[in-house]
Amino acid sequence: MADLSINFAGIKAPNPFWLASAPPTNSGYQVMKAFDQGWGGAVWKTLGVPVVNVSSRYGGMNYRESRMVGFNNIELITDRPLKDNLKEIEEVKKHFPDHAVIASLMVESREEWHQIIRDCENAGADGLELNFGCPHGMCERGMGSAVGQEPEVLKTIVSWVKEVAQTPVIVKLTPNITDVTEPAVAAKEGNGDAISLINTIQSLMGVDLDNFVCYPNVDGASTNGGYCGPAVKPIALNMIKSCAQHPDVNLPISGIGGIENWRDAVEHILLGAGCVQVCTAVMHYGFGIIREMIPGIDRYMDEKGFKTIDEMVGKALPNTKTWENLNLKYKVVADINEDKCIQCQLCYIACEDGAHQAIGLPDEDSRVPYIIEENCVGCNLCAIVCPVEGCITMERKDDGSQSITWKERTAKGDIPTTFNDPLAGGIGHWIPEPIEALKKGKK
Amino acid sequence: MAEFSRPQSEEAFEKNFAQIKPLMNETQAYYESSRCLFCYEAPCVNACPTGIDIPLFIRQINTGNALGAAKTIYDANYFGNACGKVCPTEVLCEGACVYIHQDVKAIEIGRLQSFATTKAIVDHEQLFTPGADNGKKVAVIGAGPAGISCACELRLKGYVVDIYEAKEKPSGLTIYGVAPYKIRNEEVLTEVDYLKRQLGFHINYNHPIDSKEIVEQLEEDYGAIFLGIGLGETNNIELPGEDLENCLGAVEYIEALRMRHHEVGFGNKVVVLGAGNTAMDAASESARMGAEKVVLAYRRSKEQMRAYEFEYDLAKSVGVKGLFNVSPIEIVGDGKVEGVKFIRTKNENGKLTTVPNSEFLEPCDMVIRATGQSKLVEFLSNIQGLELDNLDRIKVNYKNYQTTNAQYFAGGDAVNGGVEVVNAVAEGKIAALGIDKFLMSNE
Ligand SMILES: Cc1cc2nc3c(=O)[nH]c(=O)nc-3n(C[C@H](O)[C@H](O)[C@H](O)COP(=O)(O)OP(=O)(O)OC[C@H]3O[C@@H](n4cnc5c(N)ncnc54)[C@H](O)[C@@H]3O)c2cc1C
Ligand SMILES: Cc1cc2nc3c(=O)[nH]c(=O)nc-3n(C[C@H](O)[C@H](O)[C@H](O)COP(=O)(O)O)c2cc1C
Ligand code: SF4
Ligand code: SF4
Ligand code: SF4
Repeated sequence: MADLSINFAGIKAPNPFWLASAPPTNSGYQVMKAFDQGWGGAVWKTLGVPVVNVSSRYGGMNYRESRMVGFNNIELITDRPLKDNLKEIEEVKKHFPDHAVIASLMVESREEWHQIIRDCENAGADGLELNFGCPHGMCERGMGSAVGQEPEVLKTIVSWVKEVAQTPVIVKLTPNITDVTEPAVAAKEGNGDAISLINTIQSLMGVDLDNFVCYPNVDGASTNGGYCGPAVKPIALNMIKSCAQHPDVNLPISGIGGIENWRDAVEHILLGAGCVQVCTAVMHYGFGIIREMIPGIDRYMDEKGFKTIDEMVGKALPNTKTWENLNLKYKVVADINEDKCIQCQLCYIACEDGAHQAIGLPDEDSRVPYIIEENCVGCNLCAIVCPVEGCITMERKDDGSQSITWKERTAKGDIPTTFNDPLAGGIGHWIPEPIEALKKGKK
Repeated sequence: MAEFSRPQSEEAFEKNFAQIKPLMNETQAYYESSRCLFCYEAPCVNACPTGIDIPLFIRQINTGNALGAAKTIYDANYFGNACGKVCPTEVLCEGACVYIHQDVKAIEIGRLQSFATTKAIVDHEQLFTPGADNGKKVAVIGAGPAGISCACELRLKGYVVDIYEAKEKPSGLTIYGVAPYKIRNEEVLTEVDYLKRQLGFHINYNHPIDSKEIVEQLEEDYGAIFLGIGLGETNNIELPGEDLENCLGAVEYIEALRMRHHEVGFGNKVVVLGAGNTAMDAASESARMGAEKVVLAYRRSKEQMRAYEFEYDLAKSVGVKGLFNVSPIEIVGDGKVEGVKFIRTKNENGKLTTVPNSEFLEPCDMVIRATGQSKLVEFLSNIQGLELDNLDRIKVNYKNYQTTNAQYFAGGDAVNGGVEVVNAVAEGKIAALGIDKFLMSNE
């Protein structure tokens, strides 16, 4: 059994699985239940001046039979009085002194910040998270992502917070920005102790085709909301990586975005997260998903020989580079395992219409496609569309002895620079004449 | 066995003959359609005698366009609803589904097909409008799947079509022959009605074409005549005792069962002679009518049965016992069937021989002869120049299903010797296109 306990920027928790500030952490009842089931920490639903919410608040994005691959909401921060929340924080801490309770906060003036921080810390909060992420409603009032998008303002507010905070301060970042490292650096400069990301992404979930109203429908109208759930994980991973690699950020990162199982969590950790936060998956399945996450990460760590979470943090970062540093000599080619192939020919049509015409169909007697190696650029598309796991594999063709990057070629002046440059990568790739297309027949 | 008690009411009959491919609900259809891979040059389509664009209609169901799906289906197959239920999909589309190669359950194409078409039928969706009257008339003999399919296609092209049907209901063996657990009578009739309402062909019921004079009259009144007459009564087997009471032909017994349901005569111990699909049906149906014992007796070995494996499995699943390598020599009884005398057979160097002194009596109170249907040779002899092949099937040119008498076209069981509803539908349509070409070029 690996040691799952963490010390994240000075906040201790029995494991790295925390609930993100959201409806699952709305009340002491919920947080207590979650801790009882095994969650290591909880970031309380954002506190501030309580709001009024609309009815009809969420939208779901389904992909075929998979429900909620994406999710959005137009909810604001807590609508419950501060004193009720404080009382419940106190009670949770009494029962779970070793679990992490973080107070998420969003207020406007310096005075408000100072007061709410003192109140929360008095109630027993182990840390503070500043919500500079919420991309709807609150930002119209100059809070949430309106702050997260302005590094200077963010820095100022973090420094106000740090004037009184006794516990570690986590700055929660919005992804609705061109370069997420800018607010991350500002958080550092304001003396924040950690960052967490990502908050939700501005979105419209879709339009009701019958009445032309987007989801969620509030009396015949809708508004943009915050997008989250499994579909946002790749965006979250990239932003976490960017912050983790930025030399001027250098802060512990709490990874958030699309985490539903132990694998998602480990991915966040490998790209630099010291702990992770979960919202949508709990809103979908309840706190019970922790039953799968803890033994999952535990087995993985044992298999890989990791003794602590810290040993894993950022393990994938050295292998995540800028494009110009990738090896241009590396060459893979698709290979179809005929025994596994179920003959759907999706690989064929994907490569034929969507890639490089590098897959052929055999004559009458078989339906198993074949790879035309000379044309295959090794793009992976066929392997990605193939419905059979492990049926199409990408086989390495270069012998691994050579390496040259774009950067190195640029330094040598060995790159295409004119429109018809003979150094172009596509030269030598066979492409059928356009007119051949009309002989193929419609399908 | 007595798995089924004898049905005394329509409800009890419905229960014993519960649909093996029940109508899907919206959720089932959504989930199932989600699984379809949208294969390229999908093998399921190639396996459908009517060539329905299966991946397309499944995708239409999945995108909430069931009526569009119904249109896709009906454009290829006028019995789209019935076929979804009665087709032996295990050996047609579903048997070709690529999932089979992965030992994953094939897409339930038949049930999805019935789902979409049922929706169109229930909604009274107008999918077709007859073509503008072209002043030409075609007679169709037989309102079976072949005849109706031919009539629909001709109506699209603007022909006046009169169908002459010997019986009092349309759809031929779909209503008089197919097992009741595959499709209900009203489902068959509703679909024909649905087509008739849109396309407006006339059906003259109780109107057998049974003399040379009537045939000649038709030839005078109509530009072309389509023969969709199917097959005749069950063949005799020339056994002593064949005339005893309760020794019945399978097709005749099944017709009575379909028309009279629980009120039909029944046996407690039933012997079914034969090993084709009709024999399997008769045996299954006897079991569901509450027989204590049903024996399926076949001259040859189990492996040599002509029936589809799944049909035998279905019979076995309701308690039918197979008795192989036995040849009936006499049906015994005093006025009424009391048993069948068999002699055992064996395969000697590829030849079936009887085993001396191996006679035995299988007591029973009903014998069902499932020994194939006769050909309607006598009727066909009324048509001048109409040639039959050595199995008494109507000879046609497979490009247009024209017979050796140019005015006649033919399709369905009378041509193919007895296959499935879907084949009859496909042939009827090709014949209609042939008729159109024939009559248009005769201008
Ligand atoms: C017991 C049994 C079970 C079957 N089960 C299935 C099944 O599960 N699935 C499946 O796909 N197929 C099944 N089939 C086969 C299928 O029913 C036939 O292949 C199909 O109905 C053939 O269509 P058809 O139009 O050629 O002939 P039929 O359906 O036989 O229709 C011919 C019509 O012509 C009429 N007719 C004949 N002669 C004349 C005349 N001289 N004048 C006027 N009318 C005339 C008849 O009354 C009849 O209505 C089964 C067949 C049988 C016997
Ligand atoms: C492999 C790949 C290459 C792309 N190349 C370009 C490009 O050259 N120019 C461009 O404007 N967008 C490019 N895009 C972006 C797409 O045009 C499109 O904006 C994006 O994929 C989102 O649409 P989708 O969800 O339908 O894929 C590319 C996308 C992919 C997947
Ligand atoms: S890897 Fe890309 S180019 Fe190569 S066969 Fe597959 S889809 Fe085509
Ligand atoms: S996508 Fe995979 S399973 Fe389908 S034909 Fe190609 S290799 Fe075979
Ligand atoms: S073969 Fe199966 S998966 Fe492929 S298109 Fe047909 S039904 Fe869909």
